[in-house]
Amino acid sequence: MDFIIQALGYIFDPVNYLGENAILPRLADHLIYTGLSLFIALVVAIPLGLFIGHTGRGKNFAVAATSSFRAVPTFGLLLFIVLLNGLGLWPLVAVLVILAVPPLLAGIYSGIQAVSRSTIYSARAIGMTEFQILSKVEVPLAIPLMLGGLRNATLQVIATATIAAYVGLGGLGRFIIEGLALHNFVLALVGALLVMMLALVIDLSLAGIQKLVTPPGVATVLTRKATDKQPKILAKIAQEREG
Amino acid sequence: MIQYKEVSKRFADGTLAVNDFSLVIPAHKTIVLVGSSGCGKTTLLRMVNRMTTPTKGSIEIDGEDIAGVDPVALRRRIGYVMQNSGLLPHRTVTENIATVPTLQGMGKAEARALAMEMMDVVGLERSLSDRYPSQLSGGQQQRVGVARGLATDPNILLMDEPFGAVDPIVRSELQRELLRIQSELGKTIVFVTHDIDEAFLLGDKVVILEKTAKIAQQGTPEEILENPASEFVAEFVGANRGKRHLTIVENDNSSDRFVLVDGLGRPAGVLELSASQRAGSDVQLKQPKANSVSKARSVSNKTVQAGDA
Repeated sequence: MDFIIQALGYIFDPVNYLGENAILPRLADHLIYTGLSLFIALVVAIPLGLFIGHTGRGKNFAVAATSSFRAVPTFGLLLFIVLLNGLGLWPLVAVLVILAVPPLLAGIYSGIQAVSRSTIYSARAIGMTEFQILSKVEVPLAIPLMLGGLRNATLQVIATATIAAYVGLGGLGRFIIEGLALHNFVLALVGALLVMMLALVIDLSLAGIQKLVTPPGVATVLTRKATDKQPKILAKIAQEREG
Repeated sequence: MIQYKEVSKRFADGTLAVNDFSLVIPAHKTIVLVGSSGCGKTTLLRMVNRMTTPTKGSIEIDGEDIAGVDPVALRRRIGYVMQNSGLLPHRTVTENIATVPTLQGMGKAEARALAMEMMDVVGLERSLSDRYPSQLSGGQQQRVGVARGLATDPNILLMDEPFGAVDPIVRSELQRELLRIQSELGKTIVFVTHDIDEAFLLGDKVVILEKTAKIAQQGTPEEILENPASEFVAEFVGANRGKRHLTIVENDNSSDRFVLVDGLGRPAGVLELSASQRAGSDVQLKQPKANSVSKARSVSNKTVQAGDA
């Protein structure tokens, strides 16, 4: 308990906010790495996920690719790229993008796949173009699951961005590395707590957004029928929403 | 007018769904395609709005081969109603009904007003206008589906087992509602069902299909009942099971209501004589068979009294 109280004391002491090796600049670094990586990952995953979800083509490939990419050890990959290319921002961003794309992709295409086939069929039968089916039917209905993917990816990237410190890029991981090196466990705990709090704050905000953008007609379906009739993945979302 | 010209459809997996099918569907009538599951009736329906393309033959609407028409444009001028309504779950009733007019650029207020009118046409309370499909009963959802199909005032309305998933009471309500709407609007309706009673109730003309959409018989319900073309048709309409062969049970209390029983002796309905019929009731009772055949349409439905027909 002492450790935690001391760590919290450090975090909430304004003296530690500004200046070199202080919380705010490292938090800013951490957020920049996270945001940049997620942005690039979204640029890759959105068109690919929408294409796979709408056409159903390349789904097997996507499933295989996402699960094998999930198995890539991020830290090892980072060291590998750094050894090959030297230090810099891009090796870090590259590994974080590789980490973030699979959950994003899975959220997007499984979100679209979860939309009822008969809804899509009837949209086509009354005269919607393929693009209208995608933009007016599939995406609005898939948004909750897509944001679920974004939440997953964001959590993983925030947690993993701590490795930036190992390649001299700072971020909140810096507290952890320094703390371990100096046997200053309070400092290490400060890093861990800050990462945790950041992850929680951002995840809760995304959860709020998820609730806001869930179409009203769908929200009732999700909560009412999810447990018996909808596919498992929807039931899971509904549980998360209720829980 | 819709014309099928020697149409065949073989699916990618090699199944022959439709084999050399030709049929003329006259305008402003209700044509019912009826047959067991897998007879190709739904495939035939889907060909009309190019949701399925025939592998052989052609389909013409008012003399124009639809193979040359842009599918999206074609579908927007043909109403489509399916089982389980196919409504968009994230849109309200009025938004659903006005989907196609909105796609065609109709303004929001105008689209809403149109949707309200369509709700009146299909007998939906206007107070339901802002509900979502998940907040409606099955019967209400189907009414919204019909309203959506009619919203662009299309000449042709395709109905793919639209009342298949609702309970019998609601189904018969919806059927009567459709008869009323059709008597007011006079659309060319192509209706697919596996329920022969529904086919006889709704169809101006009924087409009974065997496997691979072979026409077993086509004609008015009366023609088919009076003179089934084959053993298959007789079996399908239930003629040789005694279901359609109704006789009057004599009653002792000399009222004007007579119980009708089918060939197996099960009560099938009640025959009530009107005042004029009562005067010549001897004649009526001596010709029970002719009488019951011509009334079979309503008697078979069991919800309408035979005497009303």
